[in-house]
Amino acid sequence: MRILVVEDDPLLLDGLTVGLGLAGFTVDAVGTREDACAAVRAQRYDCVVLDLMLPDGSGLDVLADLRRRDDATPVVLLTARDQVADRIAGLDAGADDYVGKPFDLDELAARVRAAVRRGKGRPSPTLNWCGVVLDPASRTARRDGTPVSLTRREFAVLEALMERPESILSKSALEETIYGWQEELESNAVEVHIHKLRAKLGADFIKTVRGVGYRLMEDAG
Amino acid sequence: MNSIRARLIAVLIGSTGLVWLLAVGWIYLSTQAEVERVLDARLMEAARMVNSLLSDHRIEAGLDKAATSQALGAFEVDRSSYERQLSCQIWSLEGTLVGRSQNAPDTRLTGAGVGFSDAEVGGEQWRVFTVENQALGVRVMVGDSLHIRDRLVGDVIKGLVVPALLILPFLAGVILISVRRGLSPLSDMAQTLSARPANDLRPLVSVDLPREIAPTVGALNGLFRRVQEARERERSFTAFAAHELKTPLAGVKTQAQIALASDDPAVHANALRQITLGVDRTARLVKQLLDLAALEANDAEPALVEARAAELLEAAVAELSLPAGDGRVVVDADAGVQRSVRVEPQFLALALRNLIENALNHAPADTPVTCRIEAGGDRTVRFVVEDEGPGIPEAEMALVVRKFVRGRNRSATGSGLGLAIAQAAMARIDGVLMLENRDAGGLRASLSVPGVEARR
Repeated sequence: MRILVVEDDPLLLDGLTVGLGLAGFTVDAVGTREDACAAVRAQRYDCVVLDLMLPDGSGLDVLADLRRRDDATPVVLLTARDQVADRIAGLDAGADDYVGKPFDLDELAARVRAAVRRGKGRPSPTLNWCGVVLDPASRTARRDGTPVSLTRREFAVLEALMERPESILSKSALEETIYGWQEELESNAVEVHIHKLRAKLGADFIKTVRGVGYRLMEDAG
Repeated sequence: MNSIRARLIAVLIGSTGLVWLLAVGWIYLSTQAEVERVLDARLMEAARMVNSLLSDHRIEAGLDKAATSQALGAFEVDRSSYERQLSCQIWSLEGTLVGRSQNAPDTRLTGAGVGFSDAEVGGEQWRVFTVENQALGVRVMVGDSLHIRDRLVGDVIKGLVVPALLILPFLAGVILISVRRGLSPLSDMAQTLSARPANDLRPLVSVDLPREIAPTVGALNGLFRRVQEARERERSFTAFAAHELKTPLAGVKTQAQIALASDDPAVHANALRQITLGVDRTARLVKQLLDLAALEANDAEPALVEARAAELLEAAVAELSLPAGDGRVVVDADAGVQRSVRVEPQFLALALRNLIENALNHAPADTPVTCRIEAGGDRTVRFVVEDEGPGIPEAEMALVVRKFVRGRNRSATGSGLGLAIAQAAMARIDGVLMLENRDAGGLRASLSVPGVEARR
């Protein structure tokens, strides 16, 4: 899951980037309202974690910009102004959730996951397809009840595919999901991850659609 | 007496009473004078008339006592309310009583000579007029009792005072009511104000106000506005302070959780480094908040002292606590400026320290921060701090001195308070903070403070 973190404080921004990265998110980080607006226009995110007080304006402006363009990307507000009135203003401006500073990193990650889940209209916290169960919260995968050990990137690729199991994802779409801006991209990284996933989950669990991309096997049941 | 109403009522009733009393006194005196003049004229007239009657032998003094008495009886003026009586005596020049009117006493009315005289007859004060008739050898005396005159005057005064005493309570009532009604806008205002909750700072309605209250209401509304503004400032200050304190705390907590969660030594080390940075920054922010609060809370006139500018600058540099500042701060000791200044040393040091820290934080780590003293215009002395950092975009120049405003070219450790502190400190000691971008790049911040003429 690729998310955008908008926070002007370098210390906290670093913490969020590393911390949410550890929680399995692919994180892009920006520090100003302007950069945030540019980022959400250029890239689709699964969620935006947005600080309200930015040096060049309010985070609410970014939120308003998103919603004005009919962009339904889930937004979790992050702010020190956690008065009830501020929370109400934030939620009414189109935010999906609200976390007051200082917060618990695990709680923030959980709230981001919940916001993403609701954004995709998925009631279950786990992803299920053809006997494979993926739990984004604990970052564990099971094949027919047996735990399967996956690396962070493998998990991200599988998660992206299982979120829309019946559609085809291109190689570049998968790359965007698993690599942030700051990360160095290896040219055949996606092929390597797919290869390893097939080895762990069965060769025909992920199909290659020649010239287009990848999709999961068709659901027999 | 501290009530306008009571004061007004007392003044009105007192002055009305005083006017009445003065009027009564005036009338008393003038009536007395008038009565005396008229009655004296009467006495004289009566004496002359008796004298002329005697001369014409219309009455025979001493020859026919009864006739005389009868004739003189004609002078008895008998009025129902005022039994004012003239008494007449006719004495021979030798000193025997020739005749007298009915009620006249037997004893001689007066021993004085011709004209008016006052005498005491039978325990009463009398006013007597005497005429001598040398031809007949008699002396005519006509007198009346002063007691009667006093009664006359007394009755006139009574006629004035009695209605006045009857009217006075009524007058007091009228004054009371009109004062109360006249002051009703005040009590209305008091009622409105006392019914308000503490946070209701809306202005009072100021239309249709009496001219006397309008300035008070205007001043009150002005006060309300200022209090409201102060509260707004307070509120936004609190919100900003909360944000600025909570954000690094959130950062520290996040980094701590990362350190706990990760096994990667590199991630570990980075998190711990970030935590140190965050704690430093929070500590500095707290110190700055306290500095600012001290600057703003203390209303006392700062104690200005004269001191050598160079010594003040050296002291401020020596007090710097930034480890990153080691060796970077260069004091450009210009021998040409041996000036003294008149400042509060603590405030100046605070402002200087914040400017230097600002410069250290914003300029690249290997560049120097230069401090020097210059002679300013108008007998001022300028403390200048120059850095080689990115400067401040012109559009942000006016904003950066506000609290918690951090410019676009922000440092990692800034709080947005340094320039606000410098500005506030300068405001306390008649100094001026000036910021400008240097042509060579970087920011030039200067503090102009009042100088003292060089002493030999």
